[in-house]
Amino acid sequence: MTEPALAVALPLGACLLTVVLGRRASWLLWPVVPASLAVAWLMARRVPTAHALGGWDAPLGIVLRADGLAAAFVLMTAVVASGIGLYAARYFATAVETRRTFAFWPLFYAVWTAANTIFLSGDIFNLYVALELLTLAAIALVALDGSTRNLVAAMRYVLFALFGSLAFLIGAALIYSAYGTLDMALLQGRVTAEPATLVAVGLISAGLFAKTALFPFHAWLPPAHAGAPAPASALLSALVVKASFYILFRLWFDVLPDLAGAGVVVLFGVLGSLAVLYGSIQAIRQQRLKPIIAYSTVAQLGYLFLVFPLAGAGGEAQPWANGAWSGAVFHALAHAFAKAAMFLAAGAMILSAGDDRLGSMAGLGKSVPVASFAFGLAAVSLMGLPPSGGFLAKYLMLKAAFASGEVWWAAVLVGGGLLAAVYLFRPLNELMRTRAADAPPLARVHWTLEAVPLVLALGAVLLGLASLEPYRLIDVGSPRAALEGLS
Amino acid sequence: MTLGDAFDILLCLLILTAAAGVIGGRDLFGSVALFIVYGLLLTIAWVRLGAVDVALAEGAIGAGLTGVLLLGAAAKMDDGAGQRPSFRPGALLLCAGVAGGLGWAVVSLAQPAAGLIPLVRENLPVAGADNPVTAVLLNFRGWDTLMEAAVLLIALVGVWALSPEDSWGGRSGLTQRVRVDGVLGTFGRFLPPIGFVVGVYLVWVGTSAPGGAFQGGTVVAAVWLLAIMAGVVEPPPVASIRLRLLLMAGPAVFLATGIWGFAAGAFMAFDPAYAKPLILAVELVLALSIAATLALLVIGRPRRPQ
Repeated sequence: MTEPALAVALPLGACLLTVVLGRRASWLLWPVVPASLAVAWLMARRVPTAHALGGWDAPLGIVLRADGLAAAFVLMTAVVASGIGLYAARYFATAVETRRTFAFWPLFYAVWTAANTIFLSGDIFNLYVALELLTLAAIALVALDGSTRNLVAAMRYVLFALFGSLAFLIGAALIYSAYGTLDMALLQGRVTAEPATLVAVGLISAGLFAKTALFPFHAWLPPAHAGAPAPASALLSALVVKASFYILFRLWFDVLPDLAGAGVVVLFGVLGSLAVLYGSIQAIRQQRLKPIIAYSTVAQLGYLFLVFPLAGAGGEAQPWANGAWSGAVFHALAHAFAKAAMFLAAGAMILSAGDDRLGSMAGLGKSVPVASFAFGLAAVSLMGLPPSGGFLAKYLMLKAAFASGEVWWAAVLVGGGLLAAVYLFRPLNELMRTRAADAPPLARVHWTLEAVPLVLALGAVLLGLASLEPYRLIDVGSPRAALEGLS
Repeated sequence: MTLGDAFDILLCLLILTAAAGVIGGRDLFGSVALFIVYGLLLTIAWVRLGAVDVALAEGAIGAGLTGVLLLGAAAKMDDGAGQRPSFRPGALLLCAGVAGGLGWAVVSLAQPAAGLIPLVRENLPVAGADNPVTAVLLNFRGWDTLMEAAVLLIALVGVWALSPEDSWGGRSGLTQRVRVDGVLGTFGRFLPPIGFVVGVYLVWVGTSAPGGAFQGGTVVAAVWLLAIMAGVVEPPPVASIRLRLLLMAGPAVFLATGIWGFAAGAFMAFDPAYAKPLILAVELVLALSIAATLALLVIGRPRRPQ
C-alpha cells in the first residue's frame, strides 16, 4: 500500500536532485529507472490499493488510489519515461553543462511526477496542481530548442493551456461549493444535474479539451510537438496529452456517468471524428517528418473521444460498453508506446540525415536500420494493423460500434486507419529508397538512440500479442459505467 | 444599509471599474498599473470576506510580484499606444456566456455545502499548527503545497532555459548602476534588514496566525530584489551550486519530512508529537527557497557571460 506514494515521491525527489546535479543529472537514471519500474510492477500486482497522504482520509486529505486503470498508466509511464530518459542521456550528452542539458532533466522528472499524480490522485484540486506542474514543464520543453519558431509555438501553447487551467480551477471551486468535497470517490453518486454542477462540468471538460488538443482546440499542438527536441516531443505526445485525457475519462466514467446524455456523448464523438479526419489530412499534406508525426497525434487523440458515444447514452445496460471502454484504454496505452517510439526514431533519423525533410530521408533504412524498423513497427500500431496494441484497441471499438448499431463510428475508425496508412507510408517509402550518389552522406548514430525506439515499439506490439494480462489488469476496480455504459 | 454594506458595494464597483480599465486601456503601461490597483482592491475584498491569508497572498503575489513581472515585460514590449483596441464579437459572446453561466451557478448555490471547516477544526489539535490555513497547507493537504513549490522551481528552470547559449552559468539580469548616496542606494541599504525581519516574522507567526512560507517568502524576495536593484548585492551566477542548493532546499526538506512520515504511518504524515517544530522548520526553509525562486524569476534569465 505504499506503492502509490512511492510512485509520486520517487520522480519528485529525482526532479529536485537534478537541479543540483546539473550535467551529471543523467546518472540519476541508474537508480530511478529500476526503482520506478519495480514500484509500478508491484503496484500492478497489488491492485486495488490506496494510500491516504499524511494519514488523512478523504474528504480532509488527499487519497492516492490505484485501481487497475491507474496502475496500467503508471506502469506504461514507467516504461516509456525510462526509455525516453535513457535516450535523452545520450541525446543531450555534453562535456560541459549547457542551457539544454541543465533544463531538460528537471522538466523530464516534473512531467513524470505530475503524470503519476494525475493517474493516482482522487482529489480534483490536487489534479489541478498536478496539471499546472505538467503544463509548465511541458511549455518549457517546447521552448527548449530556443529558436523563434519554438518560442512562438510555446507561447501559443501557454495561451491554450492557461485557458484550460483557469476553466478547470473554476470548475473545481464550483464543485467544492456545491458538494463540500473534492474527492472523486465521494462525489460519485452525490452529483446531481444542478446548475453549479453543469457549469462546472462544462468548464472542466472545455479546459481539458484545450489541454488534450481536441479539435477545434488543436492549433497549438503540431508546432509545439514538432519543434521540440526528440526526447521532449516523445514526452509531450506520449504522456502529457494523455494525462489530461485521463482526467476527462475518469471524471465522466467514474463520477458523472449519469450526466452523459445523448447530446454530450455525440458532441464528444463528433469532435473526436473531426480530429481524426483533420489531423490525418494535415499529416498527409506535410513535407517534413516531425510535423507528420505531430499531426498524427491530433488524429490519434480523436479516436479516444469515440469512447463516449460508443459506451454511451442508451439508458439501459449496454453489453458492448465494456468493449468500448477497454478499447479506449488500450488505444491510449498503445499510442503512448508507439508515438514515443516514433518520435525517438525520428530523432535518430534527423541526427543521421541532418534535417527532417522527407526528401532528405532516402537511404536512412541502411544508415539507421534499427530505428527505421522501430519506426515501421510503431506505424503498424498507429495504423491499427494486427497483431499490435493499436489493432486490438480498434478491434474492440469496432465491435462496440457494430454491436450498438451505430456503424458511422465504425466508418471513422476504419477511415482513420486508412488515412494513417497514407501518411505513414510516405516516410516509410522514403526510408527504403536508395540514396542518390550526390546526396550529402548520412551519419551514424549511437546505438542507444536506435535501441530505445525499438524497445518501445515492441511494447506497442506486445500490448496486442500478450493482451490478456493488461486486459485483466485494467478491469480491476473499473467503474460501473465501464460495464454498463454511460447514463 | 449599514456603513459596511455601503463600503462593500463601493469596493465591488471599484473592482469592476479597475478590471474594465485593465482590459479597455489603450497603452500597456497604464493597463499594468491598473492591474496592480485591481490586485490591491481584491486584497481589501479578501480582508472584508475574513480571508486574511488569501488577502496576504493576493497582495504580495497577485498584486505585488505579478505586477513587477508585468511591468518588466511591458517595458520590453511595444507599448501599443495609439493602437485601436480590436473588437472581437466572438470573444465577447464567449465571455458573456461564461460569465452568465457562472452567475447562474453561483446564484443557484444560495446555500453552499458545509465544506470541510468543521473537519479541519476537529483535527486542528493534532495538526501541529493553530492557524487552520497553515494546517491545511502543510499537513492535511501537504502534497498540494509541495507540488506548488515544485511548480515555482520548474517555472524558474523554464525561464533559465531561455537564456542565450553563451551566457549559461552567468549572473541573471543586467548590471545595476546606482548612485550610492541616492534615494535607491540609501533605501537599498536601509530597508532590507527591516524587510527581512518582517518576512521571517510572517513565516514564524504563520503557524498560529495569518502568514506562512509563501507570504513571508515574497517579502524576503522583495527585499533581496531591492538590494540587487540598489547595487548592494549581485545576483549569484546560475551555475553556483550554493544557489541551486538554496533553490531546491525548501521542497527537498518538505519531501524528506514527507518520506520520514512513512514512519508515522503514511507519506507526508507528521507525528503529532513533533508536528509543530517540523512544520515550522519546513516553512522556514521553504520560505527561503521561495524567496530566492521568486526574486530570480523577476530578475530573469542569465544574460551576462560567466
